[in-house]
Order: sequence, then structure tokens, then C-alpha cells
Amino acid sequence: MYVYDQIDQRIIDDRVEQYRDQTRRYLAGEISDAEFLPLRLQNGLYVQRLAPMLRIAVPYGMLSTRQLRKLAQISRDYDKGYGHISTRQNMQLNWPLLEDVPDILAELASVEMHAVQTSGNCIRNTTTDQFAGVAPDELEDPRPWCEIIRQWSTFHPEFAFLPRKFKIAVCASETDRAAIHAHDIGLELVPNASGELGFKVLAGGGLGRTPVIGQVICEWLEKKHLLSYLESILRVYNQLGRRDNKYKARIKILVKAMGVDAFRERVEQEWQALKDGPTTLTDAEIERAKSYFTQPDYQTLPADADNTALQALLSENTVFARWYQRNTLPHRVDGYRIVNISLKATGYAPGDVSDTQMETVADLADAYSFGEVRTTHQQNLVLADVASDDLLAVWEKLSAMGLATPNIGHLTDIICCPGGDYCSLANAKSIPVAEAIQERFDNLDYLYDLGPIDLNISGCMNACGHHHIGHIGVLGVDKKGAEFYQVSLGGHQGKDASLGKILGPSFEQDAMPGVIEKLLETYVELRTDEEQFLDTYRRVGIDPFKERVYAQDH
Amino acid sequence: MPRIIKDGAVIEDSWKGRLLDLESYNNAVASGEAPAADIAVQLEPGEEPAAIEGDLHAIPMVAIHFPVFTDGRGFSYARELRQRGYSGEIRAVGGFIRDQLAYLARCGVNAYAFDGNVDLDAALASLGGFSDHYQADVLQSEPLFRRR
Repeated sequence: MYVYDQIDQRIIDDRVEQYRDQTRRYLAGEISDAEFLPLRLQNGLYVQRLAPMLRIAVPYGMLSTRQLRKLAQISRDYDKGYGHISTRQNMQLNWPLLEDVPDILAELASVEMHAVQTSGNCIRNTTTDQFAGVAPDELEDPRPWCEIIRQWSTFHPEFAFLPRKFKIAVCASETDRAAIHAHDIGLELVPNASGELGFKVLAGGGLGRTPVIGQVICEWLEKKHLLSYLESILRVYNQLGRRDNKYKARIKILVKAMGVDAFRERVEQEWQALKDGPTTLTDAEIERAKSYFTQPDYQTLPADADNTALQALLSENTVFARWYQRNTLPHRVDGYRIVNISLKATGYAPGDVSDTQMETVADLADAYSFGEVRTTHQQNLVLADVASDDLLAVWEKLSAMGLATPNIGHLTDIICCPGGDYCSLANAKSIPVAEAIQERFDNLDYLYDLGPIDLNISGCMNACGHHHIGHIGVLGVDKKGAEFYQVSLGGHQGKDASLGKILGPSFEQDAMPGVIEKLLETYVELRTDEEQFLDTYRRVGIDPFKERVYAQDH
Repeated sequence: MPRIIKDGAVIEDSWKGRLLDLESYNNAVASGEAPAADIAVQLEPGEEPAAIEGDLHAIPMVAIHFPVFTDGRGFSYARELRQRGYSGEIRAVGGFIRDQLAYLARCGVNAYAFDGNVDLDAALASLGGFSDHYQADVLQSEPLFRRR
């Protein structure tokens, strides 16, 4: 993974001192609340319902074990001993003290980490495929590009006071695991007619109050122009994006208002001035970025199918086999597996991870996965490079720490925002809904029979739980002061991305597990042998689901 | 005389000419008064630098107004003015805050007239503070990756 040189380190250290001085001036009454707001936000600090919340950047989801152990220690020393993985692959602490934040940032800087631009109206953490570098369907490793974008967007002088937040995601594989259609800018590495890889650029996607699928504004961009082109898009957005209404301030509204062709034209016009300028990437810089993401020292191992010891183990130990099948994935190198660590055990808030769990995962990564861990936008963790012969040992240790719930990609692997329990924006609680659903559907055979289902829950319109792109989406709404839940169906985050359609009137919290049950029964009755939930929904539409859920009881 | 920050120092504001809004400036151009060495123009958010592009060689000062500090359009306006070759004074005026000075400077602003009471001598510290930057900007024409 990327390693800071002295310059990177100094810039982050400078930032800590800058924020330490700003905090001092704020506490001394020299900076008003309103003026301090964007300063603390761009250092990751929200003031929430019960306490401040600090969102720590995990650039494109990559963590070294040294960094993960530091997060464990910080969560213990400055918080209540746990962190929460967000849908931007970041880690959130729910209980830090405002006065402590400069010290926390200094601790983070000591392991090449920070909380820069994790919130506020600026360019946020760039996200990508959590299986980057190991996925069999990958065209090229997206992480060097994410790092190049990270450096370009960090303290960009022109784009720190945008109309609204701005999110970029990169996809470099056949399956989109980064939800690029739901981002302000989505980048996809694609070949041109002569086979050279470049960027397809999408703009104007986003979730929130007005969900929109991004539109293509450039079919193929030569790699070296990436930054100058991004800069052109941001410059158009910074100048023309609406600032009179925060709900209409995202770039998606601008692209819609201008029309994609006019927007593209304006970007091209800006780009003529920037193209081939100093921001044009050099071969040396691209090679430098790539040099940090080389293959680890893999052994030559038999493929799993030819590994007789593994096959024997899988047939003897059904509990292990179930985990192997659900939580591990094929790796591009024979004899290795990608291990998903589920943070979706029933009874724990989705995405929460304790200090001791972090340390266990760090130990496992050091012993079995080249010392690296990843966070995912589905709010889980990943060990990307585990030799198949080590899987049993990894599984046993994960099981002992409650980290081996074999539900990855299934109904109870719920994406869920912190909701009304923590977040001051939320209309409704989301965690209790997730837990009630997990409790109702704890029968693994039933879960597996249902096949892959994305269930996403957001506590408000800001859509941090990505409810619009869940096969089943749940949105907390406020009805005359009471918490209700609106259900949508048919959202999807892949290259054939779609936005969920609202089922009908919203439900009380207690009714939610029953509603989900009726939706699933409808699917099971209507599906053909090969169909997953989304396929059936796309074939039959929303009406059969609606009829079942809203039918009067006899 | 009001004090401002200009070119990295606190000074008495020596501007003695007129500062016109864009509409008045355009009228002055129509009447043949402008551009002139004693006529500056102030851009509001929404008034892009392209509007005065043809006169940039002759305008002594462009003021960029920040009615509120959270409206960041002026950052791009400053950048666009310098990109178009403007070499006169770019003055930030209005409700921007001291903690924005370094970004403003990197975008091409070289003078700062705050609304209200600001300790200008203390604010000078916010012009710097960072040992290096990743991007190309008005003060450093090469991005860090070309200098590593």
C-alpha cells in the first residue's frame, strides 16, 4: 500500500498543528461556532446528538496492521472501545471529546492517517473496489489512481468551499463493487477501440433526497489527463452549482438542470485551458503510484479444487464449509482466497468493531494476509490474501471473536447508517430495525435459500445507508413526530444500477420484520429456479409485492 | 485609512481610485471612461471573470466579494483571472475568514480587506503554515509530483 515520504508526512503534521491552533482559538472564543463549523468538519469532526463524532479517513479502504492497531488504541483511549465502519469505507468514533481531537489527529498522523475532508463541502475520501488487486475480474488495479486522486484532492485550494459535498469512486473490474453510478463522479477503467485502458467518466450520480444515476460525460479519457479533467468538472460545479438550497446543491442537480450535453460542453471548455498543463500526469508519477501496489510474495499453491486436504476438511466440517462458501471468495492467484470478515453479527450494530476485534484482525492479517486489511462500503472488513491452507486457523480465530457470521451478501449483511441512536440528522433509528430483522431471519438455511439480497437502511433522506440502491431499501421518515419506515424495492448498485421504487405507505418499527417476511415470501413463491430476488423483482414488478404487504388481514 | 493585508504584509490601503460593480463598470466602458488606471471592478458571486476578459490588461484591481465565507465561487474566479493572464491586484473583500487566507493566496488573491474587526497581524500567520502542497497553483506552478 501507499507509504508516505517525508513531504506527505510533513503536510499531514502541518495540518494537525493548523487544526490544533484553530481548536485553541475556538475554545478561546476567537472563532465563532459558524466559522469553526467547516474547519472542524474538514477535519472529520461532527457535533452529534450525544457527543461529537470523528470520521477518520481510510483512503480507499486500505489499512496496514499498524494503522488498525492504532485505531484500536485510539478507540480505547479516547472513546468507548469501538469504532464504526461507514459506507465511505471510513472509521467513525462516536464519543471523542472536541478538546481531544487535535491529539487524536496527531496520533493518527504518527501512522500516516488523518481525518482530512471526511466531511464538509469538499472532495471526500475516494472509494473503490474492496477487492482491488486480488479480484479475478479486474482489468487494472484502481488503487494507484485512487492515491493520485487523494493527493490531488487533499487541500486543493480551489475546492474547499464547494456548494456541497463531493464524492468520487473508481471501478476497474467487470463487476462494479464501488457503486460508481451513485457518485458525484464515477470513474471506470475501460479499453478504447485499440485496447488501451482509459477512464469512462460519469457525473451527476448520487443518493440523498433526490437519487440520480450518473451520466456519461466522457466515454474515454486518456489516463494522463485524469486530474486536469477532474479539475475542470469541479471548476464548473464550484461556479455554477446551486448555493441557495442545500437540497439542490449537489452536482446531480446542476447536470440535470443544464442537461448533460451542455454540462459536458462547459467542462470541455474549461478543460481546453487546463489540458496539457502542469497538472497533466507524468509517466513517472503514474509509475511511482503503481510501485506501491505491487503483488505480495505469493507462494505457488494448488488451486482449491486440487487441494485434497482442504476438500476433505470442507466435507467433514460443515460449519467451516458454510463460512468458506459464504464469506470467502476466489482470488486471482491459485491457492488463495479473499476473506470477508462480517461485522453483521446479530445483536451488534452493523459495521461496529471493538478494539479487541480490531487487534485480532490485525494479528490475523500479520500472520496470514501480508499485514494488510481493508474496509468495505458494505461495512465489513476484508483479508485479501489468505492461503487456503490457513483458512481453518483464520476461521477459528474469527469465530472466537464473533467475526465469522456466514452471511456476506445475504439478507442479514445489512448496510445501515448509525441512525437516530447517534446521528443528529436522522429522522428515525436504524440500528434497532436492522437488529429486529437479523433476529427474525437467523435461520441460515432459509437465508441461503433466499440467495443474495442487499438490504440497506438509512435513518433519513441523506441516505448514508444507501437505501436507494438496496434490493430492499428502508428509509426512516418522520410522521408528525413519530418514527416510520418507508420501503423501496429494486435498487441495485452494479453496472446495471437502478434506484429502488417506493412500495407504498410507511410502516411502524414493530411491523418491519413482518413486512420483510411478506416481501420474501412473495419472492419465494414467484421465483423461477435460477432467479435471485432482484431478477424476480425486475421480471414481475412491484405490484405482487405491494398486494401481499398491504393485503387486509382475514 | 483602512488597513488591509497585501502581498504578505499589513499595510494602509493606498487604493485611491473608484471601485465599481460590474454593471457600473460596463456603463463606464460604454461611455469610454473605462478601462482606466483609477477604475477597479468588483465581482459578485455569479459574475464570472469572463465578463471582463477583454479589459484585464488595463484593470488595476479586481475585487472579489465574499458575501458569506462559505460561498467558494470566488476561489475559482481568482484562479480564472490569473489563468487568463491577469497580473494586477486581486483583492478579496467581504466576509471571508482568516482561516481561508492560504487557499485564497494559492488561488491568486494577493490583497485582503476583511469586513469587521479582524486582528490583521495575527491573521498573517494563516497565509502560511504548510510546508508544501500537492497541487499546482498560482504560487507554485508545478504540482508536487513534478518536483518529487
